[in-house]
Amino acid sequence: MSRIGVAFDKARADGRAVLVGCMPAGFPTVEGSIAAMKAMVSAGVDVIELEIPYSDPVMDGPVIQRASDIALAGGVRTRDALRIVEEVAATGAPVVTMTYWNPIERYGVDAFARDLAAAGGTGLITPDLIPEEADEWLAASDSHGLDRTFLVAPSSTDERLAMTTSHCRGFVYATALMGVTGARTQTSQAAPVLVARVREVTDLPVGVGLGVGTGAQAASVAGYADGVIVGSALIRCLLDAPDESTALAALTALSADLANGVRHPTP
Amino acid sequence: MSTEAPAGFPDAAGHFGRFGGRFVPEALVAALDELGAAHRTAMADETFRAEFAALLRDYAGTPSLLYEAHRFSARAGARVLLKREDLNHTGAHKVRNVLGQALLTRRMGKKRVIAETGAGQHGVAAATAAALFDLDCVVYMGQVDTERQALNVARMRMLGATVIPVTTGSRTLKDAMNEAMRDWVANVDDTHYLIGTAAGPHPFPALVRDFVRGIGDEARQQCLDLTGELPDAVTACVGGGSNALGIFHAFVDDPQVRLYGFEAGGEGVATGRHAASITGGSTGVLHGTRTYVLQDDDGQTVESHSISAGLDYPGVGPEHAWLHDTGRASYLPVTDDEAMAAFELLCRTEGIIPAIESSHALAGTLAVAGKLAAELGRPPTIVVNLSGRGDKDVHTAGGYFGILDGESA
Ligand SMILES: Cc1ncc(COP(=O)(O)O)c(C=O)c1O
Repeated sequence: MSRIGVAFDKARADGRAVLVGCMPAGFPTVEGSIAAMKAMVSAGVDVIELEIPYSDPVMDGPVIQRASDIALAGGVRTRDALRIVEEVAATGAPVVTMTYWNPIERYGVDAFARDLAAAGGTGLITPDLIPEEADEWLAASDSHGLDRTFLVAPSSTDERLAMTTSHCRGFVYATALMGVTGARTQTSQAAPVLVARVREVTDLPVGVGLGVGTGAQAASVAGYADGVIVGSALIRCLLDAPDESTALAALTALSADLANGVRHPTP
Repeated sequence: MSTEAPAGFPDAAGHFGRFGGRFVPEALVAALDELGAAHRTAMADETFRAEFAALLRDYAGTPSLLYEAHRFSARAGARVLLKREDLNHTGAHKVRNVLGQALLTRRMGKKRVIAETGAGQHGVAAATAAALFDLDCVVYMGQVDTERQALNVARMRMLGATVIPVTTGSRTLKDAMNEAMRDWVANVDDTHYLIGTAAGPHPFPALVRDFVRGIGDEARQQCLDLTGELPDAVTACVGGGSNALGIFHAFVDDPQVRLYGFEAGGEGVATGRHAASITGGSTGVLHGTRTYVLQDDDGQTVESHSISAGLDYPGVGPEHAWLHDTGRASYLPVTDDEAMAAFELLCRTEGIIPAIESSHALAGTLAVAGKLAAELGRPPTIVVNLSGRGDKDVHTAGGYFGILDGESA
């Protein structure tokens, strides 16, 4: 079983959901992003989703776009992201990477899988890769023992849900609403329906992302999903803060609030 | 590589050889499937085809003329026939694509269209079709472009469209395209993404190609009527690739007809400041398709440069990538200066002010005419896609030539 799978099993045994916290590599700097993710783990984030910044992130809303632009302007490279994986994985928290397909293809699909595995990463979330285009990644992730997380959406047909989840390993990423990343005041009505549909076709744990920003929202998502995925709200802590210590304090407080939320699922 | 596949027809998943396909968020797959099905049934439907043909004839003013440019020909050392897409309503080939997609939007029962635009040409065309079809229209345009193309922003607004300046990334066309995709993911139920060129995820490249291929169908017959023969070569500029595919397609199965696509070489491909994705780029994935892209060692998109806003895009439609790989078409870069020299030559010899995009096709034609003449032992006949008129470029060209009173070059 993958390390992510272990984290989901453990949480399930404790009657709670896993908290997945997302941060772009190299935002605001390489060292700054490592410090941020370590702070998140200390405050109760179970799994780190490390986004490797890409110049054209079509699934991301304004907050992650800005953070990615800052990271890229700072010169972050794919190999820096792999070093960050290694440093953050040393905390013991599973680190899963997320990125758009072109940076992976450019690095070399098998080479990336090899280096990600060597750095201690658990797998890859692919927001713009659907299984139909993923032959090379299916082979590379198999040969290097990595998890594969494809996305499912409210608009996915039952047939596609079955097909897509059959290619996933570790966990399935359910995009809670039709739209891009970004914290919202309300989480979606579509999400519980989607999760229920996913459960019809797979036993894999299901993480729900897009829109979660508070402990209360995390608690409500934890009521029906196995994992709560939070990105923009955490990143905003860093974007909005005047200096690093304020940023880390805000990040720690929000992480703790979210961690509390996933421990008190609301039905 | 499936070079054996019938020319120009992608496989069921939208692959042209190793290019094309779909690299999109799962949330869009259902809409792309719906669009693909609508495209297939529409193209097989007599009523749809008749309606499209009537619109093209009565509204857009096609078939556009094939005009023998005698004085330009003398300078080129070739018999140059200009496919006058510049005479179409809205001034470019793009009207064909937007009318086709607007018809398809109505057929799918959607009420809203979104579009990306660089210089504003496609935005204006999309706003035009939206007005005609009574559709809500939102156009995404990089903030850098809204500032340098203020008149086109005003045109779109006059036509009733909402123009949204995009302030992320490089704030140009590629970022406008990202923003249009984001809008589409969120509003896919009632919205059609009226893409501006033969790029993007399947089925867009094939769909746009089908709506603009009338250019070549007309030109082929017009050339036969005029000269009794097929041309020796067909030339076009290549941005995303719609006007080039539009004119190439009717000739793909005529092996004696050479196909040339001219990319924007900017300040020269060697300088790195260009938009020549095939000549100066490498295989990658951008905006939902696998094709040639301008990218760095980490796969980050590199900004393109061209004096022509309509060619200033760091990717190219996948069918061109494939035509390049199979060798059926040749792609060559044309610099800003070469394009502007051809722009001036057409103005002065024919009294036609071409779009700067189309001037790349004219310059490329001048460049290959001599070689073709040597090969054939006679002046070649070359059909050039004059994809648009230069009214929109008066400011840029006036600045380039230093002829704007009160401003220097
Ligand atoms: C007149 C004209 N020609 C060519 C182009 C380039 O697009 P494409 O390569 O899709 O024909 C444009 C784009 O704005 C244009 O306005």
